Amino acid sequence: MNFFRTQYVAYVTMMRREYIRIVRIWAQTLLPPLITTGLYFLIFGKLIGSQVGGIAGFSYMQYIAPGLILMSLATAAFTNVVFSFYFSKFQRSLEEVLVAPVHPFTIVLGFVSGGVMRALLVTLLSILMMLFFIPLSVASVSAVLFFSLGTALLFSLGGMINAIYANKIDSLSIFSTFILTPLTYFGGVFYSLALLPELWQKLSYLNPVMYLINGFRYGFLGVSDVSIWVCVSVLSGLIIVAVLWLLMLFKQGRGLKI
Amino acid sequence: MNAIEIKNLTKVFPGGKRAIDDVTLTIKEGEFFALLGPNGAGKTTTINVLTGLVPKTEGEVLVFGESISKNHTYIKSLIGIVPQEFNFGIFETLIDIVVTQAGFYGVKRKDALIRAEEVLKKLSLWEKRNDQARTLSGGMKRRLMIARALMHDPKILILDEPTAGVDVELRRDMWVFLEELNKKGVTILLTTHYLEEAEQLCKNMAVIQLGKVIAEGAIKELVSGQETQLFVVDIIGTISDDNLKALEIFLPKKVDDNTFEILISTAHSLTDFFDICKVSGIRPMSIRPKSNRLEEFFITLTQK
Repeated sequence: MNFFRTQYVAYVTMMRREYIRIVRIWAQTLLPPLITTGLYFLIFGKLIGSQVGGIAGFSYMQYIAPGLILMSLATAAFTNVVFSFYFSKFQRSLEEVLVAPVHPFTIVLGFVSGGVMRALLVTLLSILMMLFFIPLSVASVSAVLFFSLGTALLFSLGGMINAIYANKIDSLSIFSTFILTPLTYFGGVFYSLALLPELWQKLSYLNPVMYLINGFRYGFLGVSDVSIWVCVSVLSGLIIVAVLWLLMLFKQGRGLKI
Repeated sequence: MNAIEIKNLTKVFPGGKRAIDDVTLTIKEGEFFALLGPNGAGKTTTINVLTGLVPKTEGEVLVFGESISKNHTYIKSLIGIVPQEFNFGIFETLIDIVVTQAGFYGVKRKDALIRAEEVLKKLSLWEKRNDQARTLSGGMKRRLMIARALMHDPKILILDEPTAGVDVELRRDMWVFLEELNKKGVTILLTTHYLEEAEQLCKNMAVIQLGKVIAEGAIKELVSGQETQLFVVDIIGTISDDNLKALEIFLPKKVDDNTFEILISTAHSLTDFFDICKVSGIRPMSIRPKSNRLEEFFITLTQK
């Protein structure tokens, strides 16, 4: 048995299964984020946004588009991993992979990659949908790639951590409802920090999601409320923290044992 | 060579429940071994330690001489497991379930598809390959679990209650299939509640109770130590009190007007019983064991 070959085949198998699952239940995995993003875009962007005027030289619709895409991307990544992993444990189908010669790292990588894959599919579809309404150019391909992949990875890792801690189905939505959603809404999806009073501006600097939104927006529009390098550092730092957290959980024997 | 060697294995769950307590077992390569015990005895926990689902607390487990503590990833590739409960994705198709499982063992998709056809045909599931698993009957789901476990051609097959809830005909078909597999050299570890199944298929066994092994050895030898066996006798005509008195050395127990039970011990044979029947004018129509010898051995042992 070649260890690395086995891990590679197992990883590809996990990815393939996840892809089939995502596509099979597309009405639950791909359609809802498109509808939500589309509604935000039409209501806040077109109807209310037309009264707001432009921000930083862009129409309001153009300005909020990257943030809306990132919001869908993050939610898709998080939801995919948290539900896929939790239900694998709940249905006990996780045992299929646990009894096989698959290294725990490969298992985590498989689930996390599933989240990244769904997030990128949602991103792609969201961009295509938005192109019907606005011209969407790319100012920095590397920034778009870094922040889309990095955010998808971060929220997939977060979904995994949440799923490990979850001991009942209600626990799956606690993080996304009470932490992720408020941070995203206050992260500057719909506004520039420059429009906020000073106190709220300062508070916004404590919100990590604000850096991800601004980094992603920089990729598309070339503008950001904070330095792009600060955004890169914050995202990289958060990914490292999430990876270390997961490693600590596995070292404690949590997650992959029944 | 020993396929599985379990030495002083102990598993204490968080909270202090001692599920396995100093278990020592040896299963030779090519053997068809039964692990018996009442519910909650520790059979599934022993299997879960072997397959890596549950970490052991103490002791050593060797598979073909390799320690699970040192090389569990390799050891897992040698084992196929058929768990007690259905644990596949019910919305997945049969072909996806088995091919995916093969992938987890490093079998490439192209090779897995060839193997899937072979295994699913053997277990009469090929026609259903594109159906979702949720549409299968209980017996088909059991066969699917066996098919899935065989996808990577394991050297050891562990079956945890494989025929639970399966009808008699299908159970016998599965026995034939498992016997064929064993003849091809696959070592099989079976846990079952059907003692007749263990007696039919296995040469050696261990009985586990409250996490401890309370008997181990060849089934024939263990059950030959049984001193009594219970038989049910149907007679032509009605049983009288005189009839029962004539048979009192067999401790007869009336079931209804035409049926009674007798206990044949090593001191008296069935020939003695028939001799007494002849003298007393009792006309037996049929006689059958109430339970098989292994069942009686098991009950005697676990009720001690």
